Amino acid sequence: MSDEQFYREVILDHYKNPRSYGVLEHADAHAEGQNPLCGDEVTVSVKFGDDGETIEQVGFEGRGCAISQAATSMLTEIVRGRTASQVAALPKEELLDEIGIPLTPARIKCAILGLGVLKVALHRAKGTPLPDEWQGMDFA
Amino acid sequence: MKLDAHKLRTDFPIFEQTFHGKPLAFLDSAASSQKPRQVLDAMTHFYETSYANVHRGVYQLAERATQGLEDAREKARAFVNASSAREIIFVRNATEALNLVAYSWGLNNLGPGDLVLVTELEHHSNFVPWQYVARRTGAELALIPVDDQGELRLDGLDAYDNVKVVASGLVSNALGTVNDSAALAAWAHERGAIYVCDAAQAAPHVRVDVQALGADFVAVSGHKMLGPSGIGFLWGRADLLLRMEPFLMGGHMIRKVSAGETTWGELPAKFEAGTSPMAEAVGLGAAIDYLESVGLEAIEQHEHRLAAYALDQLSEIPGVTLYGPPPDRRAGIVSFNVDGVHPHDVAQVLDEDAVCIRAGHHCCQPLMAKLGVAATNRASFYLYTIPEEIDRLAAGVRRSRELFL
Repeated sequence: MSDEQFYREVILDHYKNPRSYGVLEHADAHAEGQNPLCGDEVTVSVKFGDDGETIEQVGFEGRGCAISQAATSMLTEIVRGRTASQVAALPKEELLDEIGIPLTPARIKCAILGLGVLKVALHRAKGTPLPDEWQGMDFA
Repeated sequence: MKLDAHKLRTDFPIFEQTFHGKPLAFLDSAASSQKPRQVLDAMTHFYETSYANVHRGVYQLAERATQGLEDAREKARAFVNASSAREIIFVRNATEALNLVAYSWGLNNLGPGDLVLVTELEHHSNFVPWQYVARRTGAELALIPVDDQGELRLDGLDAYDNVKVVASGLVSNALGTVNDSAALAAWAHERGAIYVCDAAQAAPHVRVDVQALGADFVAVSGHKMLGPSGIGFLWGRADLLLRMEPFLMGGHMIRKVSAGETTWGELPAKFEAGTSPMAEAVGLGAAIDYLESVGLEAIEQHEHRLAAYALDQLSEIPGVTLYGPPPDRRAGIVSFNVDGVHPHDVAQVLDEDAVCIRAGHHCCQPLMAKLGVAATNRASFYLYTIPEEIDRLAAGVRRSRELFL
């Protein structure tokens, strides 16, 4: 696969023009997390709708590679309008399908960093389950 | 003496294959080096002709195996100019060697009011154990800062009091900086402190002479110096090793075991609990033979030339920031960033041309924080690296810029 195929236009677009960029004020849920392999960071914040369950607004900030930042940008579009428990159960494959390029295990960690941090935020706010790779960490 | 990298490459089977139809440009030797056939053959030969558990067998085969392990220990001793082979302790890698010192020496000799001095350049392997042991014992931890060129600032040393341990690398794995370890050792000893040297990144590339360094402990990894993974060694001053508690308990490290009490064995057995990495030690011995036949001075010169060439090539590319000291004061390691392109993306683009570099924090997060970055690209060179590979590196960096800008 050539570089042009790997960094397909939609990924470069999300990387250069990230959607939902910025931390929300008075957020209902918030978390930050790192990829221990490379030190990349993502911060995610969420506001729920009147039902207290549906994600109405989501914002993120971060520094990282095109894959991690574009994937988190795409993620914000996927999760808006879904409930906390739906997102906590969201399989990583749904996000990887959206990214749409074959990723090695190391790059999959980049791609799902934002998803993991979002699930941590929801876990803190709503007690929803954590993904395996975030279990055992201190989220008090 | 000048080495012939093209000729040496033919000793390394890994280069016989292609990736994406292109020859492998392996510029990640600082993470781990490739292995010459001589090392692989020595290990296979050991398994095929001399394998049994060492030390306790009375049969001839066991004696042959023991001889293989102890011959390797003698090669390691000579390689770092230790005064005695009993000061060479085989471990899995430099990380284990440094943990051994931190646990066995640190836990028993540090306490509240003591200072452990490490550096901002440290690999996590010579940082996290000391941070942990300092916390366990109530000692303080401080970091010797680096200047803008990634070199240690030794001018402020005298501000530190009650120093008990000074721990630093000899060569920085992230920037290639060659530190003045001998000066740090002398300074530590003036204050009654010990000096612990992480030579994992130095031993493959420069002559490490433990006596000339004046260190108390020196940690070496085999896998970075053409040897197999799973073997390294700690050199320690016998008088310190003799007074230390063991690190790992079990078979072989004892003198006498009873229900009530166990006494420790002699050096180096006291620190080598369990079955040794025998074939790995034999492989390390073969790697030492190989390095000595090429010549450490020739390797060092080769890498200086490559580092200078790479710095030259990369500095011509707009938007490239280079980190670390000038080529004459660094090993064959070049760390850089490309403005607007994350290191993972640079490395991904380079992989398309079968150019392998490392992208990340290089297990040096305190240093990355000091540099104000999360990660860098790192290209690292060894005796089999040829200038054409650096040309391919530079071409790939240009391509990554075009893709993202």
